[in-house]
Amino acid sequence: MKVLVPGALRSYTRSNAQSHEVQAEGDTLDQLFSDLDRRYPGLRFRVVDEQGQLRANMRLFVNGLGVRDLQHPLKPDDFVAVVLALSGG
Amino acid sequence: MSRPSAPVKPAAKAVKAPPKRLVVLVATRKGAWFFHGDSKRKTWAVEGPHFLGHTISHVVLDPRDGRTLLAAAKTGHLGPTIFRSTNLGKTWKEAQQPPAFAAPTNGLAARSVDHTFWLTPGHASERNTWYAGTSPQGLFRSEDGGVTWAPLSSVNDSPQFREWMGTVQDGTPDGPKLHSLIVDPLDKQHLLFGMSGGGVHESFDAGQTWSTLIKGMEVVGGFDASNVSFHDPHCVRVSPTNPNRLYQQNHCGIYRMDRTGNPASDAWVRIGRKMPKRVGDIGFPMVVHPHDADTAWVFPMNGTDVWPRTSPDGKPAAYVTRNGGKTWQRQDQGLPESQAWWTVKRQAMTADAEGTPALYLGTTSGELWIGRDGGERWAHIARHLPEIYAVEVATLA
Repeated sequence: MKVLVPGALRSYTRSNAQSHEVQAEGDTLDQLFSDLDRRYPGLRFRVVDEQGQLRANMRLFVNGLGVRDLQHPLKPDDFVAVVLALSGG
Repeated sequence: MSRPSAPVKPAAKAVKAPPKRLVVLVATRKGAWFFHGDSKRKTWAVEGPHFLGHTISHVVLDPRDGRTLLAAAKTGHLGPTIFRSTNLGKTWKEAQQPPAFAAPTNGLAARSVDHTFWLTPGHASERNTWYAGTSPQGLFRSEDGGVTWAPLSSVNDSPQFREWMGTVQDGTPDGPKLHSLIVDPLDKQHLLFGMSGGGVHESFDAGQTWSTLIKGMEVVGGFDASNVSFHDPHCVRVSPTNPNRLYQQNHCGIYRMDRTGNPASDAWVRIGRKMPKRVGDIGFPMVVHPHDADTAWVFPMNGTDVWPRTSPDGKPAAYVTRNGGKTWQRQDQGLPESQAWWTVKRQAMTADAEGTPALYLGTTSGELWIGRDGGERWAHIARHLPEIYAVEVATLA
């Protein structure tokens, strides 16, 4: 499935600067991030902590719907967006 | 630190060999900058930023090879990690397994590392060993040069330590810290660290078991000094020439400890009582002279009423003792005379190891200063940096 990655993670994915999209697989968001980590080592821990929780300032959208539960099921044609929540200073 | 009978032989005070190549490593809220000094420490060439936009808590050069750097990093969004360079920062590679807590045991609450706060190279005989302290408080060790990190369960999963640590609400504003990781230069098995809050602790078996080291330390009035939870060491340093002497800047004063050989008898002495009353003895950094165990520096801040954490009266100054804390002298030549409200964090003041050492400090307002002749004359190295979290000075290979 297609995964939109934010600029802060492109040092891992080296994704095309035009599309910002990569491909990954998984039946759940948790599996998706494990697959992303296999493809792009180190990426998962920057987004998901060691207790399996999404980090505080990260947001996930599946087909436009905000989700925080990493056990959320996915289908092969889903579109997942990883977004940096507003947090500045 | 435990054998008064076997101090390290002090180095000669007057070193005539030409100064080595020094680099000042500055970690800030928005990245890291390196300042390369000339042979006389008069001019400095800036290199950076490294990791622009990343919060860098600490950058440390491995003194065992003079080339390897570790940097503790996170960003406002991304989780914490460690970056490693083996070519003095030309290129960086991320740790394969950064510090991360294990799954919870003993019925304790699960924890996640927010950031690595402190990095310490291991003993000179253990070339690839490093230690890291985190927020929330955790202790980690790497035995492969910082590529992979393992938690020390004797601290991180100990119900007793967890009680002393409290929760994130009990710590400093940006999270409770495990800091001041010290490896005894005479004994690789002997480790020591401080917790803000949660006391000072040491191990004589490389971290398998621990004992507290709080006798003599004071706590905020009205609280029980026998309760380890109430102790808040800000910075603990060991004398490079006499590892049996420790200095400490605490939430409640400045202390010295001379080890007796019997840890149960060892007690901190509040040498800050000799500081001027109008200045007080509250602050964060603590620096010990590289060649003289009787000489140490602090940088006091205003710790009265609501704890402004600014320079007292807006007049920043270092204070030096040259007799183990019996007397203190003010060192403010070159520093602002008034209306300067910055201060210095616990990792942001250090000294080089030259015969006549210079001090280096970074301010919360992004200024980097050098204190020539042991702090007698202060001058800017850099201004307009982001808030400075840590300053280290190192000798390049």
